[in-house]
Amino acid sequence: MKWISLVPVLAVGGLLLFAAKDFPEWGDPQSPASSSPVSSHFINNTGVDTEVPNMVTAVLADYRGFDTMFETVVVFIAGVAVIAILKGSGRRRGGLRKDHEVEAEPDLIVTNTVRLVVPVIQIFAFYVLAHGHVSPGGGFQGGVVMGASFILLALAWDLDHALVRMSLPKCIIIAAAGIILYGGIGFLSMLLGGEFLDYAELEKVLPVSREMARYHAMLGVEIGVGFTVTSIMFALYANLSSEGRLKGGL
Amino acid sequence: MFEDGTVLNELLVERLNYFIYVVLLLIGLHAMIAKKNLIKKLIGMSIFQTAIILFYVSISVKEDATIPIYKPEHDPHGEHTYAQNLDVNSSNSEMGAGHGPVALQSAETAQYANPLPHVLMLTAIVVGVATLGLALALCQRIYQGYGTIEEDELLNKIERADARTSLSPLAKAKSSRKLSNRNSRKSVLEETGKEKTKGVASMRATTGSKQKSSAPKRKAIANPSQAKPRKPVAQKPSGKKPGGSSKPNKGSA
Amino acid sequence: MGLELFNTFILLLLVVAALAALRIRDLITASAVFGIYSFLMCLLWAEMGAVDVAFTEATVGAGISTVVLVATIFNLKRKSND
Repeated sequence: MKWISLVPVLAVGGLLLFAAKDFPEWGDPQSPASSSPVSSHFINNTGVDTEVPNMVTAVLADYRGFDTMFETVVVFIAGVAVIAILKGSGRRRGGLRKDHEVEAEPDLIVTNTVRLVVPVIQIFAFYVLAHGHVSPGGGFQGGVVMGASFILLALAWDLDHALVRMSLPKCIIIAAAGIILYGGIGFLSMLLGGEFLDYAELEKVLPVSREMARYHAMLGVEIGVGFTVTSIMFALYANLSSEGRLKGGL
Repeated sequence: MFEDGTVLNELLVERLNYFIYVVLLLIGLHAMIAKKNLIKKLIGMSIFQTAIILFYVSISVKEDATIPIYKPEHDPHGEHTYAQNLDVNSSNSEMGAGHGPVALQSAETAQYANPLPHVLMLTAIVVGVATLGLALALCQRIYQGYGTIEEDELLNKIERADARTSLSPLAKAKSSRKLSNRNSRKSVLEETGKEKTKGVASMRATTGSKQKSSAPKRKAIANPSQAKPRKPVAQKPSGKKPGGSSKPNKGSA
Repeated sequence: MGLELFNTFILLLLVVAALAALRIRDLITASAVFGIYSFLMCLLWAEMGAVDVAFTEATVGAGISTVVLVATIFNLKRKSND
């Protein structure tokens, strides 16, 4: 029975390898993807348009800002769906409990190490978020690192310890606030006479040039993304590790 | 075998990235189709996803190109830019019209990797983990309902739950009204009655209560998956093994 | 040449890691191996010049998704039948 599944797999594989013959040469600068006017425009004009050295950030938050906004919405919806699916489901039912669950005091060495490490991780998360314009990084990465610091708290002590700092309602509010911040910047540029997410119009309220307005608006947008990703990543962990009961250790 | 021009050389030496991307994609696809465990399926799905991302990133590579972050000489805030501007108009270099970087020429474009596929894939990764979390939540919910995440056991249980719910609502609906005036139903009813006595006692208790009020009846019909796990719970005191909710069922099957 | 060797090595290791993650029956070990797979992928992308993607994969793929997988498996049956 199992070999039947090999038929579609091998068929797909054959087709893909057949197509691989026609792919451009490895690392060819003249390949269609690399020589397209869109990519060249991004590489050539990012510096002029936005003064952001990291082209990926500029394309992510500015040129393709609409796309990123709804990617953030997708993350938000996924987080809310996880909360909704697992809410109230984790009734403790007798023998179904797993046997590796131990009720132990938090380990002294672990908790003290985490106590030292978590502030560093959080500062690093802010650095990644804010420095994403000139180095690899940005809202998504910074948000995930920030969420990981809360997960580390929950792992070292237990979930309640982390939920004191970041409760689930707070998670949802912060996640929504991130999207509202993103959309708000978009609407603000609309109010100022531009189009949705046309950050250059923000120069009217910011004491900077048009290019630098885009630069700073991108930072705001990344902060919004960071908010959403941070809280949704933590909410994912909190719900999945406790089957929606939101208490106890792992 | 690996001389220039042969197909193998093409695939394995010059385009190893493309080859490996296809292999990884097939591994993921095969896992999604053939593996019975839902978590294994999800791992396969993630491998499939990373394979596609690998393909996109491979496309963006350029020979002798650097990462898509401006080098110092092209950096809009680099010293280089300001130094040039100071030469042009030294008085108002900060806000002057001549300020700022210039667009790159096409020769310089080739120095940077293509940023567009990177952007597309960056968001895909984050959305990927969010959807993975959603799928895992569904897995947990399935495990709570059925006590297993193996696909074949799951199908067995669903079939049996379906069989039971398709019999018992029939039995209770017909038995309350048409028992007296339809003789042809009798044989069916006897069967279901036998099934009921053989089956769970709690089931009969719920059917009894259902005849009194309509609200619990609707609930029981609407989600058989909810009614199902009640059985292992009822059996739990007799079978003392923890975590083995599926075992009593398997034994009785 | 050195980079090419590195590239080839990681590509082959990737296939090994992917197969291992799917063969291993203990699901927690499988998700740990999947973390290794993600991190190898991250190395490969960093080598190919996609630093932002590599960073994201290092944090998300090797970090969060492994943790989330392990957290889920703790609430499920740990053994897999295949």
